[in-house]
Amino acid sequence: MSVLVYTESEDGKFKKGALEAASYAKGIAEAMSTSLTAIAFNAEDTSELGKYGVDKVLSVSSDKLKNFNAEAYADAIKQAAEKESSKVVVLDQSANGKYSAPLVAVELEAGYASNVVALPESTSPFQVKRTAFTNKAFNFTEISTDVKVVGLSKNAFGLKESEGAAASESFEPQLSAEDFTVNVESVDKAKDKVTIADAEVVVSGGRGLKGPENWGMIEEMADILGAATACSKPVSDMGWRPHSEHVGQTGKPVASNLYIAVGISGAIQHLAGINAAKTKVVINNDPEAPFFKAADYGVVGDAFEIVPKLNEKLKEFKAKNA
Amino acid sequence: MKILVCISHVPDTTSKINFTDGDSKFDTNGVQFVINPNDEFGLTRAMWFKEKQGASVDIINVGGPETEPTLRKALAIGADTAIRINTVPTDGFQVAKELAKVAGEGNYDLIICGRESIDYNGGMVPGILAGLLKANFVNTCIGLEIEGDKATAIREIDGGKETLTASLPLVIGGQKGIVEESDLKIPNMRGIMQARKKPLNVVEPSGAEAATKAVKFEKPAPKGEVKLVDPENLDQLIDLLHNEAKVI
Ligand SMILES: Cc1cc2nc3c(=O)[nH]c(=O)nc-3n(C[C@H](O)[C@H](O)[C@H](O)COP(=O)(O)OP(=O)(O)OC[C@H]3O[C@@H](n4cnc5c(N)ncnc54)[C@H](O)[C@@H]3O)c2cc1C
Repeated sequence: MSVLVYTESEDGKFKKGALEAASYAKGIAEAMSTSLTAIAFNAEDTSELGKYGVDKVLSVSSDKLKNFNAEAYADAIKQAAEKESSKVVVLDQSANGKYSAPLVAVELEAGYASNVVALPESTSPFQVKRTAFTNKAFNFTEISTDVKVVGLSKNAFGLKESEGAAASESFEPQLSAEDFTVNVESVDKAKDKVTIADAEVVVSGGRGLKGPENWGMIEEMADILGAATACSKPVSDMGWRPHSEHVGQTGKPVASNLYIAVGISGAIQHLAGINAAKTKVVINNDPEAPFFKAADYGVVGDAFEIVPKLNEKLKEFKAKNA
Repeated sequence: MKILVCISHVPDTTSKINFTDGDSKFDTNGVQFVINPNDEFGLTRAMWFKEKQGASVDIINVGGPETEPTLRKALAIGADTAIRINTVPTDGFQVAKELAKVAGEGNYDLIICGRESIDYNGGMVPGILAGLLKANFVNTCIGLEIEGDKATAIREIDGGKETLTASLPLVIGGQKGIVEESDLKIPNMRGIMQARKKPLNVVEPSGAEAATKAVKFEKPAPKGEVKLVDPENLDQLIDLLHNEAKVI
């Protein structure tokens, strides 16, 4: 009756979200005095999971599952949960995790709590804290079904190392043609770019930057910090930046350690989406901009003067602290 | 093609979020309700299928009578018929089960939901509905074309996008991108007048049970004062980020 965690990998390597989900699931397993089993798909080396509390890995290796397929993955996760008699299944809230979690919930007739940010308040009844109203509130949710599905928010729990090794076992779920009725034709993904979902640092620009030609300094800052670039909604609506960079209530959520907002006013819809970032910095020439009320650190002034200077200083800092 | 668009009735994005009854309930006092933004993008795509491909577009909501102005607005945007399942929504499972019953009986080819509603942010209904109906499912959908009984959908993934194909019936969780912001329609007078006469059918619930329960709410701790750094002294900012916040 172990806890089961889905550990996402890409090109055979585990994603940080997978290790975080494992760390978190270990906490639940401990609270329930049981062990932790992971299910991994086409991962090269599953031993890494042992460091984050996984006791056993059900390792699936299949060419048919090379591309993520929500239905097939959900079916495999269900079979793993049944094999392990798992009462709790944990997934991280990556795009793929959010895609398959509700399907897993249907397969297991399990209640599902998404955007969970902390270990259960209690495991019987099973109660978890999650965000609601796009980070404007928290919501304590009780899952009343026998099996529970928990979606762990990004960067909410962090990595937690434990002693021990993960025993790996090959696992062959029985998949049928019905699992493969949605097919991937092509994937379009920048290989060497940090994604907003996985970034430790996000550098974001708003309408205050006046036009797409001025994004060089934002990209430069992102480069120096190893950050992802983002933008406010009007910036993507005007086509200055791609939609995939739009963050906020109607765009992507940000939960990075550091969020740097340049020329962004801090409208309520923008702040809602980035509130989960741990530290927020704003650079804006209007001292009355609402962002100053939401930020930890602020610089009042012209971005076109401040950002190039800051970039030079960040470069020096990085050179010294490399 | 028969399209069903699921409409969630949510607080306007500028709403102040407060709770009542010992922090156990959302306080709707003074709150304006709107069509969930993610649903509105999907509804607008449905209107495109109606105009260009002759689709019929029904909308559906699980909720009490208070959601009817939101449904009338969706009708004013151009949907043909509204269905309201007359019960208070309590969790994603219950809502999806209620929707699945009516949607299943209606034999829809395409069911458009938003990727999540902006109130509880569950992100559950589209996937659970698809699972219950055994229909194909595409989440975070930012592009959708239908040709005969074949759909081509673009899904946003972490760091990019992918193109998927599937046959109908299909359920999607839509978001901005499935249409552009500039494609959204503000209902005109004619639309609003027509909407008053369009059917809004109230259906009694099947009594589906919820799998989760919101026990209580809590607001985030108030934020401390911002620390302002002089633009002439940016070294201090780097020092704060490195030594105090420990994020670089
Ligand atoms: C339903 C709905 C959903 C929405 N969802 C989102 C969302 O998800 N994400 C989002 O971002 N927005 C969203 N919005 C829009 C939001 O209300 C704001 O309009 C938007 O966030 C403003 O973007 P901005 O800060 O880039 O632009 P502005 O509000 O125009 O702010 C620009 C800022 O730049 C500053 N500035 C100008 N020049 C300089 C300079 N030289 N140096 C430094 N600073 C300068 C100005 O002082 C100003 O504060 C939504 C709105 C609605 C109605």
